[in-house]
Amino acid sequence: MKDGFRQSMAWLHTWSGLLVGWVLFAVFLTGTAAYLRPEISHWMRPEIAAATPGPRDAEVAVAAMQALAPNSPSWFISLPEPRDTSIRVFWRDPTAEGRGFRSAVLDAATGQPVAARDTLGGEFFYRFHFQLHYMSAFWGRWIVSICTMFMLVAIVSGIITHRRIFADFFTFRPAKGQRSWLDGHNLCAVLALPYHLMITYTGLVIFMLMTMPWGIERAYPNQRGAFNAEVFGNAPPRRPLGQPAPLVPIAPLVEQARQQWQGGALGRLQVSNPNDASATIQLIRDDAERLSYNPQSMTFSGATGALLSTRGEGGPAAETRGVMYGLHIGRFAGPLLRGLFVLAGLAGTVMVATGCVLWAVKQRQQAAKKGQPGFGTRLAEHLNVATIAGLPFAMAAFFWANRLLPQDMAQRGAWEVHVFFLAWGFCALHPLLRPRRQAWVEQFALGAAAFALLPVLNLLLTQRHLGASLVAGDWVRFWFDLGLLGCAAVLGFLAWKVARHPATASRTRAAAVPRPARATS
Amino acid sequence: MAAIVLRVLGGVGGGYGIAALSTMLLSTSLPMPKAEAVLTASMASFAIFAGAIVWAFAARSVARAWLGLAIPAALLALALLIPGSGA
Repeated sequence: MKDGFRQSMAWLHTWSGLLVGWVLFAVFLTGTAAYLRPEISHWMRPEIAAATPGPRDAEVAVAAMQALAPNSPSWFISLPEPRDTSIRVFWRDPTAEGRGFRSAVLDAATGQPVAARDTLGGEFFYRFHFQLHYMSAFWGRWIVSICTMFMLVAIVSGIITHRRIFADFFTFRPAKGQRSWLDGHNLCAVLALPYHLMITYTGLVIFMLMTMPWGIERAYPNQRGAFNAEVFGNAPPRRPLGQPAPLVPIAPLVEQARQQWQGGALGRLQVSNPNDASATIQLIRDDAERLSYNPQSMTFSGATGALLSTRGEGGPAAETRGVMYGLHIGRFAGPLLRGLFVLAGLAGTVMVATGCVLWAVKQRQQAAKKGQPGFGTRLAEHLNVATIAGLPFAMAAFFWANRLLPQDMAQRGAWEVHVFFLAWGFCALHPLLRPRRQAWVEQFALGAAAFALLPVLNLLLTQRHLGASLVAGDWVRFWFDLGLLGCAAVLGFLAWKVARHPATASRTRAAAVPRPARATS
Repeated sequence: MAAIVLRVLGGVGGGYGIAALSTMLLSTSLPMPKAEAVLTASMASFAIFAGAIVWAFAARSVARAWLGLAIPAALLALALLIPGSGA
């Protein structure tokens, strides 16, 4: 690295990006999908009709829980929101061993449990993007955090390598081989640069107490509980007294919370020891209303209705962390801003993909002068196809499984995920059997077909097809079906582009030799 | 190749060490409530980590890279040993 600062930064950028590029691509793409977590969950449970959130939702939910689990030590209730209009409840099952939880989806109008198919819904992409799958959450989070640190280094060294950030806004020279890939990579990188930095850094901050626990170790030696209580306001759980006491009506408490939050809406409820003299009711404000993800809440006695504690804004550092968390998950964003977040997330996905492809294209051009490309180049090319073209197809396969697996199948939700990985595994093996260009074309085309047929499948198998959604005014499902067609169009375009492109033909290596240099501006 | 391995080791290992030591020091020395100081120090740590990695690869020689990591690490460790730098 005697050849100067910029060259060493370019080296650092290349390797920190490439080594974990394929994981980062998967994290970026599934993370982008996670912005639409409620919409995906709604679409994946076609049994549930769209409803309108009403002022009595909390009462309906509490009454339903009294019927479902009056003896449970704790209830967790998520109220409907415009993006996902059912009530979701979790409760600790007193008869189950250990910390057994049960869950149900309730109709917001009646409070009756809905017999919806067993599915993880959008939750799967959300969880996968920060803790992967088929491994403990602990290891998954560490792996993703380490890859995120690589990403931060790649971004910082990438910025240093660049001289002309502003000019790159307007630079794209198509159909010029390596130069076009570099332009595309730069364009996606600089257009959404603040977003890339934000999403990477805030991603690290979300798990910082796991990856960087040394501040707590030093300031709170062996008192992590005390730290958690101070920062997150987790009150120690109250033991049940064994004295029956009916739960107070919820409506006046909700009204009191509304006034406290100056009209803010209630998002979640947590009830501990219901129907006991020690009962508490915690009302938590809707997190879609605030930038900071630090929850605002009010806790009442469940037996008397007296206000026990209020949690508002934390200190400046706690709120900074809350805002970073909130920015990352984008729950505060309205439809327009959320659309922008999705576009920026896709720009990040394309940035990672073009970076990986650019490396392989460069290696192949160098190899074309010397002879055969090495194992590293071929491995990178293989992983590029399997990840960049394979993952979208696997995501489509996940939706197919949601529609096609039998309703009463055991472990149905888990099998949807198995199908996702089986499809992805197929895409990982497929490039071994096919010429390189064919592998790209076929996987993109397969993904396009899988997405394009999903609305058709919807029409054949459910009552919630495009036309029905339009008539019912179920805009989430309506736009979701159109979005699937949009995904198909993008993948189809990519397949067409690769198929048509002469320079990628693996059989005609002469075409890959750089053409006579043209004047570049 | 050996030079690159040494830079990687210095950047990743040394960088994490410096980030951890600075988090410990700032957590107990920033002029704010203790929990706030811990959060501030932890949030800043990844910028320090990234800076250290960049330094490990930017320095003109491996020796300079390691020296530039060892000196701040030693100073931070010393500061942590001073009584009164916190718990």
